[in-house]
Order: sequence, then C-alpha cells, then structure tokens
Amino acid sequence: MAVTQTTVDTAAAMVTEAVPLADWLLVAPVLLTMAGGATAIIFRKKSFVQPWIAIATISLVILSNIGLLNHVLTNGVVTMVMGSWLPPFGIAFTADPLGALLALTASIATLCVAIFAINSIAENERRYGFYPFLLMLLCGVSGSFLTGDVFNLYVWFEVLLISSFGMQILGNEKIQIDGAVKYAVLNLIATTLLLTTTGLLYGLVGTLNMADIAGKIKALDSSGPVLAIAALYFLAFAMKAAAFPVNFWLPASYHTPRLVVAAIFAGLLTKVGVYALLRVMVLLMPEGRDWLASLIGLVAIATMLTGSLGALAQTDIRRLMGYLVIAGIGAMLAGIAVGNEVAISGAIFYAMHSVLIMTALYLLVAFMFQMSGTFSLRDIGGLYIRTPLGAAIGLVLLLAVAGLPPFTGFWAKLLLVAGALEADRGWVAAGVLVSGLLTTIAIGRLWIFAFWRGGNEHTMDGIQALPIAGSSDASEISWSIWLPLLALTALIVLIGVMPEALMSISDNGARTLLDPTEYIRSVFGGIR
Amino acid sequence: METLFAVLIGILFAGSIYLLLSRKLVRILIGIAILGNAVNLLIFTAGRLTRDVPPIIPENSYFPLEATANPLPQALVLTAIVISFSFLAFFLVLGYRTYQELGTDDLLEMRVAEPKEHSEPPQGY
Repeated sequence: MAVTQTTVDTAAAMVTEAVPLADWLLVAPVLLTMAGGATAIIFRKKSFVQPWIAIATISLVILSNIGLLNHVLTNGVVTMVMGSWLPPFGIAFTADPLGALLALTASIATLCVAIFAINSIAENERRYGFYPFLLMLLCGVSGSFLTGDVFNLYVWFEVLLISSFGMQILGNEKIQIDGAVKYAVLNLIATTLLLTTTGLLYGLVGTLNMADIAGKIKALDSSGPVLAIAALYFLAFAMKAAAFPVNFWLPASYHTPRLVVAAIFAGLLTKVGVYALLRVMVLLMPEGRDWLASLIGLVAIATMLTGSLGALAQTDIRRLMGYLVIAGIGAMLAGIAVGNEVAISGAIFYAMHSVLIMTALYLLVAFMFQMSGTFSLRDIGGLYIRTPLGAAIGLVLLLAVAGLPPFTGFWAKLLLVAGALEADRGWVAAGVLVSGLLTTIAIGRLWIFAFWRGGNEHTMDGIQALPIAGSSDASEISWSIWLPLLALTALIVLIGVMPEALMSISDNGARTLLDPTEYIRSVFGGIR
Repeated sequence: METLFAVLIGILFAGSIYLLLSRKLVRILIGIAILGNAVNLLIFTAGRLTRDVPPIIPENSYFPLEATANPLPQALVLTAIVISFSFLAFFLVLGYRTYQELGTDDLLEMRVAEPKEHSEPPQGY
C-alpha cells in the first residue's frame, strides 16, 4: 500500500527557525557536565587524568554560565525548548536572572571543590568515581536552576540526589553508612513528596510548563486546591532545604562524608531547595505564598534559631558548620516569608552568598584539620602562630557567614531586614538580627579557640603548644588547598566591597519572579 | 473509576507512611517501595483515566477527533518507575551494608554518626 503524501505545516507545532547561537548557552552547562562525567568514567583506570577532565569541564561551564548571565541581563529571560516542540508541549529550559546567577555561582563553587579534591581525595576513592559524581551533581544542580518545567525539575533533583548518594558513602566507613541511611531516606521521601505534589498540580491545571502553570493558576475558579498544593510543595522543599522542623537529617549526615564532599553538599544541595521554593512560591503560586506567609516566617525564625543555637552547642567543628548551613536556610526563608521585592532580592543575594561561603567554610575545616589533626573545639588550637594567612582567611570567612560588614553576608542580611521593615514585618527582621548575633558568638568562639588559643583547652592565649601528632606544617599545605580557599575568600571580599553589581542582578531576579509577565512572554513569545 | 483509584492510592499512601514510621530499616525500605508505586498511580489517575481509546491522530488532521487516553502521564510514570527502581536497588544494597557494618537494623541503635555520649563544648573563652 502506497503511503499517501500529506503536507503538514510543522510551524503549528514546532519552532521552525534555527535556535540562535546564544540560546544554546542555556543547555550548555547540562550537556558539558554530562559529557565531562562520561569522559571521566572512561578514565577510571587512569584516575590521575580525572581531576583535569573535571577542572577543564567545569571551567567551560563557568565560561558558558558567564555568557548566559550576560545574555539574560541584556536580552531578558531566555527560553529554549527540547526537540523544538512549541511550549507548553516541549520541555522548556528557561533562564531568568535568578537561575542564571545561581548556576554561575554553583559552577564556581564546584570548580573550587574540584581543585581542592586533587590532593585530598585518596587514589582509590577517586577510582570509585568522585569526579564523575561531582560532574553529575553539577549537572543536576544546573538543570534544576535552568529548567522551566516542574516534572523536569523533579528529574534534575533525582540526578543530583543519586550523585550525592555516591559521594556521601565514598570511603565506605561505618559512620558514613550511618549518615547515608538518614540522608538518603529523608531526601528520597522529600523528592517523592515533590513528585506527588507535581502529579496533583498536573491533575489540577493539566500542564507542567512553569510559565503555563503561572498563567493557568490565575484563571482557576477556586483557590483551595492551589493552597493545598502550595503547602505540600513548601513541605517538600523545606525538607530538601533542611528547614525546621524537618532539618534533622542535615546535622546527622553532613559531618560524615569526606570534607570536600560535605563542602559541595553544603554549598549547593540545600540551596537548590531554596531556589525551588522561590520558583514555586513566588513565580507559580503567589496566592499560596501570601496564604502561607506567616507560617513560612515562623519556620524561618525557628530555623535560624535552631541553626545558630545548635552551632553554639557543638564541640565538633564539622557539626558546627552543619548548623551554620541551617541558620542560612532560615535567613533565605525569611526573605520568602516577607515576599516584597527587596526581601526576595535579599533571599537571592543570600543564596548566592551561601553557596560561596558554605563551600569555603567546609574547605576551611578541611584545612584546619590538616593543620591540627582534630575536629574538637577542646583539642584544637595554635593555628594563628602556625599559619597567620590561614587565620586571616578563617576570620574573613567566619565574619562573612555571621553577616558582618564588609563581606557578602552583611549585604544579604541588610536587604532582608530592609525588606521586612518595609513590609511591616518587624518580627522577621528581629529574627534575622538575633540569629546574626548568636551566629557571631558561635563563630567568635570557634575562631578564638582554633586560631587564637595557643594549643588545646588548657593553654594560654598565643603560647605555642607542642606540635599535635598527625598535623602538618603550613609549608606542607599544597597549592591545591590554598588556591580554592584564597579564590573563594577573595571573591567574598570583592563582592562584599562592591556589592552594587550583584545587587542589581538580584533586584532584577526579584522583579522577574514577582511579575511573571516577562517569564511567560519569553516562553510563549507572541503566542499569547 | 477515578474515585476507586483515589481510595486505592490513599490506602497505599497510608500503608507506606505506617511502614516509614517504623524503627526497622527493612520496613522503611518496603515503605519506600510502596510509596513510589502509590505516587505512580497518583500521577496516572491525575491524567484522567480513559479506557480503550489510543491517542492516535487520524490522517489529514492536526488533533484527535474524539477524546483519547492521555499519553503524557504514561511517559511521566515510566520516568518515575525507572528512577524509583534504581533508587530502591541502591537502598537495598545500602540497607544490607548497614546491617553488615553496624550490626543492627534498628534506627534507634544507629548512633555511630551521632554518639549518645558526646563531650560538652568548652565553656567560656
């Protein structure tokens, strides 16, 4: 039987003109990391090549992300659809200033970790796939930041989750397996809850494209189902972000993996949860955010206080850092709870700051361990005399995480407090400030004990104690440890001294989130 | 039909949450397996259940002439099945290794990462 030739007008269903070259930047981070990860696996037996493959790949990703951010800032929100199917049918990748900024920050943090890991991940652990996992983690994180489709968001969450499981148990120690059980089970439940809610949302509006959802939710007759879905999304993402009271998996697991692994986890993973909250609560369901605002505010304050009080109560530096991650999550949630332009801008700025600072702090812990051979606040000491440069880096990073000027954390908290006062939510502003004070006490103690005190607990200040067994001299610290630490510190100081450029990006991101017109226009073009 | 499925999904969710609240790791893993299937059914039902009408567009037409089954939830469920299957495989190995290393499958006795007796942080400066 002869096939009858029918003329089909593909323009009705597909993008017919070629994609502009600059729009390819949108998928470049995902494609590059996947290709890099696959290449790194091929060199499993020659694992000394792997770091260089990873560093080259991530450097390309950074370049492409700089290009993307520039593209977004000059031309507005950019969209690319998979398979050229017109939205809402093709899976859309949509980059707004928020997504592009976080994707760039995440790739910078990953590069620092990749360099740090050259000498701190043992040969056999490298062979078990540290670098492929790292690249796939960045792939999942970049995908989450750039996708414009809620189901696709779930898929990227799973990509980053399975890579993080592989990294979590690298080393195969008892304590890691114990931490992995709690980390893996609770994160999988959170992701499954995300999938459940996405299914319900699909049943309600019949679409998965974010721009389409944002438009269709406004047209719904009754707001009841939307509010329920917003509440479920809040629970799912709060669990991913480790907000109180679903935060307990974080201090139970983040001190167990290798410290470079913990650095990338603390830098990226919880921030993906906060990013998804911003995306879903502010862009898709502003109605749900307004309804939940007081609850989010309470959760934010409880999270900040849990984090900063928890940090005060720790003896183990690694666990102290885990609680500082939680305190930061609370601050970002405070921005979402307030929800005006200034506060959302503050949350975006804080997310960017948190990616850099938490990565840097865990790397600092690894450095401190190498210098002193202990994680205990009781035993550590004498680091100032051994390494004045290290002490300076430590002071800058610790002051930055507490939100003291002139570093990045200060500007983020300034925006948050200004936004809260503008919206007449003084209690949220008070929460941010009290948590900042408690964090300052916690990090002040850490710096004094570790750097200022001459040796372990019973030593006087500034007196050199006997060298601690298993510790190394400052001159033995390799360049692969100094370079990422110095680079991150320099970045934090630089942004802290000149915050205007980044503040204008975060303001821009907040405006695009609060008024979805530009986002929707970018996805649907002239169609509607 | 949707109502019946809603009740079934509710029962599956209830069962899985009951198992997830257990102290035994094996029960939690079974709970996770059931949870994954409950969600798959939920997505399937959310796409509306239509029997026996394949989603095929007739020739010379741009859209189906009658209501057909929704193919998208099937694609979503397929993706979710693959993901939940691979996660379950990882979890089974993790559970087995946990039992080997820690010698217990009781979550309350897994205190290696967070030991019961920990030293207090130093007081004062």
